[in-house]
Amino acid sequence: MIEFKDVSLVYPNGTEGLKKINTTIKDGEFVVIVGLSGAGKSTFIRSINRLVTPTSGSLQVDGEDILNYRSGNLRKLRTKVGMIFQNYNLVKRSNVLKNVLAGRLGHTGTLRSILNLYKKEDISLAYESLKRVNIDEKIYNRADELSGGQQQRVSIARVLTQKPKYILADEPVASLDPPTSHQVMTYLKKINKEDNITTIVNLHFIDMAMEYADRIIGMRAGEVVFDGPVSEVSEKTFEEIYGRSIREDDLRGGADES
Amino acid sequence: MTNENNSLAEKKTPPIYPVKTKVQVSIIFFVILGIYLFSMFWTQKEMVGGFSGAFENMFTVMEKFFPPNFGVIGAIWGPLVETIQMAIIATTIAAILTVPLAVLAARNVTTFKPLYYTTRTVLNILRTIPDLVLAVIFVGLFGIGLFPGILALVVFSLGILAKLISETIEAVDMNPLEAMRASGGNVYQVIWYALVPQVLPQFTSLVLYVFEINIRASVVLGFVGAGGIGLILNQQLGFYNYPNAMMIIVLIFAVVIIIEYISTKLREALI
Repeated sequence: MIEFKDVSLVYPNGTEGLKKINTTIKDGEFVVIVGLSGAGKSTFIRSINRLVTPTSGSLQVDGEDILNYRSGNLRKLRTKVGMIFQNYNLVKRSNVLKNVLAGRLGHTGTLRSILNLYKKEDISLAYESLKRVNIDEKIYNRADELSGGQQQRVSIARVLTQKPKYILADEPVASLDPPTSHQVMTYLKKINKEDNITTIVNLHFIDMAMEYADRIIGMRAGEVVFDGPVSEVSEKTFEEIYGRSIREDDLRGGADES
Repeated sequence: MTNENNSLAEKKTPPIYPVKTKVQVSIIFFVILGIYLFSMFWTQKEMVGGFSGAFENMFTVMEKFFPPNFGVIGAIWGPLVETIQMAIIATTIAAILTVPLAVLAARNVTTFKPLYYTTRTVLNILRTIPDLVLAVIFVGLFGIGLFPGILALVVFSLGILAKLISETIEAVDMNPLEAMRASGGNVYQVIWYALVPQVLPQFTSLVLYVFEINIRASVVLGFVGAGGIGLILNQQLGFYNYPNAMMIIVLIFAVVIIIEYISTKLREALI
């Protein structure tokens, strides 16, 4: 369970990333955070694994306040919170398997990982993860030889290999075309249901949020302006979140093609 | 129609560069031109002989140096190999020592500012000392031989390598590093998994490049007593034994060309 209590974040340049956020994310939920760019979606998500550190309030993950965590604790927190990025963030010159094995870094000693001495079960776990996202035939390809969609699937496999309790996805489909976007979201949803991994996804496409989310959190200017199950959401809700009428480019489309 | 005419009349053609930039560039140009003219004037004043004697001298020099004495090849082979070994050992040690220094001197990885500035400053000081001066100092400390030569080369190449590699590190894609950190990797794992693969080709290429420089530098270092073929060359020149000296020069020339060729080919394959 993730609990935000009066969480605020002010960046060193004075920008307010988050303003007094109060919300609770229950285990197993598939939450989509929507909002315009600059609304604080990324800051929200990155606070949970402390890639950014909120400046006040308390943020509890599984009942422990993570805001005063230091390196050792932080590593432990990050092993149970996997993350997927907009730009996939793979090591382009390394092969797919090695990229996926990087998901085990938090569980592997420094020396073992530097010498590539991964445990047998870690390697088979990595392979299984690649199989689950249907990219096991590319195992020895260099990451930069793959298409965008394939790279994002590899990064999902990396997170799976991590065996996380939570998955954070920061705009996972923003760099992909519509069919591939739906494919990636389908995998995320499937993993959420099958492994019961709490998943929090940042999106700015309204139709995708409606299609995949259990619950939607709307953000504007660092504040939560909507929070509720997807059944309560209508086009009007989005207009309120965005503070303007809905446009063509707020929709990804292409749901039928995939 | 009237509208179109109006817009035509108001058409403005802005200069491609702002006037301020133009003035600045012109001033810089004239200052540099002035420095050139000034230094040309001064060097001319110092060159008393000019070129007149050079051609005559060239024939005397040619006469003295040719033909090279092929008989000494056997005797100079040892020192030549020593010179190459010197360069190899020095480059290897420098390459190993460079790794931590380059990481500490990279702004994006070493976020702790004082550490970054300290390393940068030390490297800058290191680079200002000419290799010949280093050799003279180390020969004074440890006596004539290979060891001071190797030390001088290590310090000299460390300055270049750490600087160039830290710049390569600063140009790296930071996203994979963030991903490794997000999956619970510690500092060493982040560096090893996300940074090293990105830097490795440039690193190898730069090490080979510094190796080429070291081969040439180690010859010169011999002149001040730092061992190897340079020492022998200096002796032969001192004894006015020009045919022997010529043979040494030809041999060095051949070796340097071969090594540079191999190294260039390797570097092309890497990048």
